[in-house]
Amino acid sequence: MPAVEVKNLVKKYGSMDAVKGISFSINEGEIFGLIGPNGAGKTTTLRVLSTLLTINGGSVTILGHDLSKHATEIRKLISYLPEDAGAYKNLSGKAYLQFIANFFDSKEAQAMVNKGIEITDLGVRINDRVDTYSKGMMRRLLVGRALMTNPKLAILDEPTSGLDVINAQEIRRLIKSTAQTGTTVLLSSHNMLEVEYLCDRIALISEGKIVEEGKPKTLMEKYKARNIEEVFIRTVHE
Amino acid sequence: MSGLGNITRKEIRELLTPATFVPIILVALIFGAMGNSMQGIQQQATTPPIIGVIVEDNNTLGSVASSILHSQAKVVFNSTSSNDIEVGLSELRKKDGIALIVIPYNFTDRIRSEHPGNIKIYWIMKGAGLLDTISSSFFNAIIANINTNIAKRLISENTSVNTSFILSPTQRIETTSFKNLEFPGISPDAISSMLSSQSLLIPIIMMMIIIMAGSIVITSMALEKENKTLETLLTLPVKRTSIVAGKIIAAAAIGLLLAIIYMVGMQYYFAGFQFSTTAVSLATYGLVLTSTDFIWIGLSLFFALIAGLALCMLLGTFAKNYKSAQTLTFPITMLAMIPMFITMFADFDTLPLALKIFTFAIPFSHPMMASRALLFKDYVLVTGGIVYVIIFALVTISIVVWVFKTDRLLVGTTKFKWIKGLKRRRF
Repeated sequence: MPAVEVKNLVKKYGSMDAVKGISFSINEGEIFGLIGPNGAGKTTTLRVLSTLLTINGGSVTILGHDLSKHATEIRKLISYLPEDAGAYKNLSGKAYLQFIANFFDSKEAQAMVNKGIEITDLGVRINDRVDTYSKGMMRRLLVGRALMTNPKLAILDEPTSGLDVINAQEIRRLIKSTAQTGTTVLLSSHNMLEVEYLCDRIALISEGKIVEEGKPKTLMEKYKARNIEEVFIRTVHE
Repeated sequence: MSGLGNITRKEIRELLTPATFVPIILVALIFGAMGNSMQGIQQQATTPPIIGVIVEDNNTLGSVASSILHSQAKVVFNSTSSNDIEVGLSELRKKDGIALIVIPYNFTDRIRSEHPGNIKIYWIMKGAGLLDTISSSFFNAIIANINTNIAKRLISENTSVNTSFILSPTQRIETTSFKNLEFPGISPDAISSMLSSQSLLIPIIMMMIIIMAGSIVITSMALEKENKTLETLLTLPVKRTSIVAGKIIAAAAIGLLLAIIYMVGMQYYFAGFQFSTTAVSLATYGLVLTSTDFIWIGLSLFFALIAGLALCMLLGTFAKNYKSAQTLTFPITMLAMIPMFITMFADFDTLPLALKIFTFAIPFSHPMMASRALLFKDYVLVTGGIVYVIIFALVTISIVVWVFKTDRLLVGTTKFKWIKGLKRRRF
């Protein structure tokens, strides 16, 4: 059974069709990349799958639960990292992680916080107020928050956005190791190298439609491209 | 385009939003409607008072008083016997009268023997607001006129009377009936002033809590959006109802704390102004709040606060950022101030029907009216108000939870196409 199954998903904003009947599925433990230009419908798709937006057509099944009917159940199993997410500025990094962990099983809350602290790797700064953090530190805190809850499905919108090369590499390594423990990962990214390195399979989305889908290596062979960037250019712009 | 023009155009475009204008337009409409209703009360209050007159004294000075009363007031009941007092009062109640005046048989004799002539006034008080007592104030002018004319008569008759007595040849013996209670020896003005000083505190507390806690809720919602924490919160395994209730409870607690701090200062402020010319208290007439009454007031205050904060949450869902949140607190401030002023100026019972419905519809009105209503054992108004406020709160919370379950909270969908054109939506 796939962890995520999307069939003919349609999402409209008023009269504007943001997502026009896309379909894809993600296997358990797989890292699936959704890539496409700005305004293609990536974030809308991720927001739908993370129970934030309602759908106008089609169906979405996450870990056996119908999104339209069992959003509450799904929220217990997923973790969503928005692209431009923030944290409560008056809290310390640790207090923020504690606040999030308190929504989950109380017996596991402390373990979650410890894991979050380890992922963020902020050292003593974890006790400082969030509003004193740099952009990179904030992103690490949020990635830590997203992965510390041991989600069955992690939905990550531009997970390394705003991070320097070293931090970005560390986060990629972390995502990879998280998937190896059985967590399914759905991510979007503009960084083609990241996509190529991380994803088992990718879907290229343009103007609300999936224009290509497959393993990065297979797609590169199909388009006789040296990297995913070339595949992206050819499928989206040609 | 010049730099100034460019900046000005950009600023106007940013400020020209429904969030800026809709609350102001609504408040303007509310004030317009209130103004019309209040005008009705004022007109009613400044027309000649409707009275009844019993003149037992047929002598000269009794006739002077009687003719002045007949010329300056609308007399709907006439009699020459004080046995007709009950009949007169009953007649006046039917005809919306404000007082029954009795000029006793010895009125002239007492004045001529340099004893103040008694004018017995049986007031029928309908409300305790400032506007409600305008009629009785207007009537005071008539009594002053009677004094002047009697003084003129005494001087023209060359009567050698005491000069200090001639300035005040009559004295009033007043009894006021208000909400089925008799208040011997006291005028409507005095009752109104006693009730005002007793029931001013709760409206001010209510207003302060609502303004403070309401602002906290609206700003909290705005900051969730501005700091981009709302999306994360909405994907966590927590019920939407818990999010809404959590924000309301926290704001209520903080609002209450702020109000207490504020009221400590206000208490000292009011203490400096407390003085009474009547030297009587409501307790003299059995008008005291029991501990059960305080529980009723507390319940009314609590549910109105919850209803108000639910309303603030609803407004908060429209807030995009801290700046727009400031604009959205304005209608709440107005809704808290309007019933405070209405209850100060007029009694709920004496309001025109439209204003009565409007006042009742505002949840904050109920704790403001509760203490006075409970003094007169009007439990129907208090319990009815509490039931209404609970229903209002439940409906508003349901709407907020519904908004939390829809896309509106995040994408702020609007049906105004012209506004859509001004904005670019991100996906």
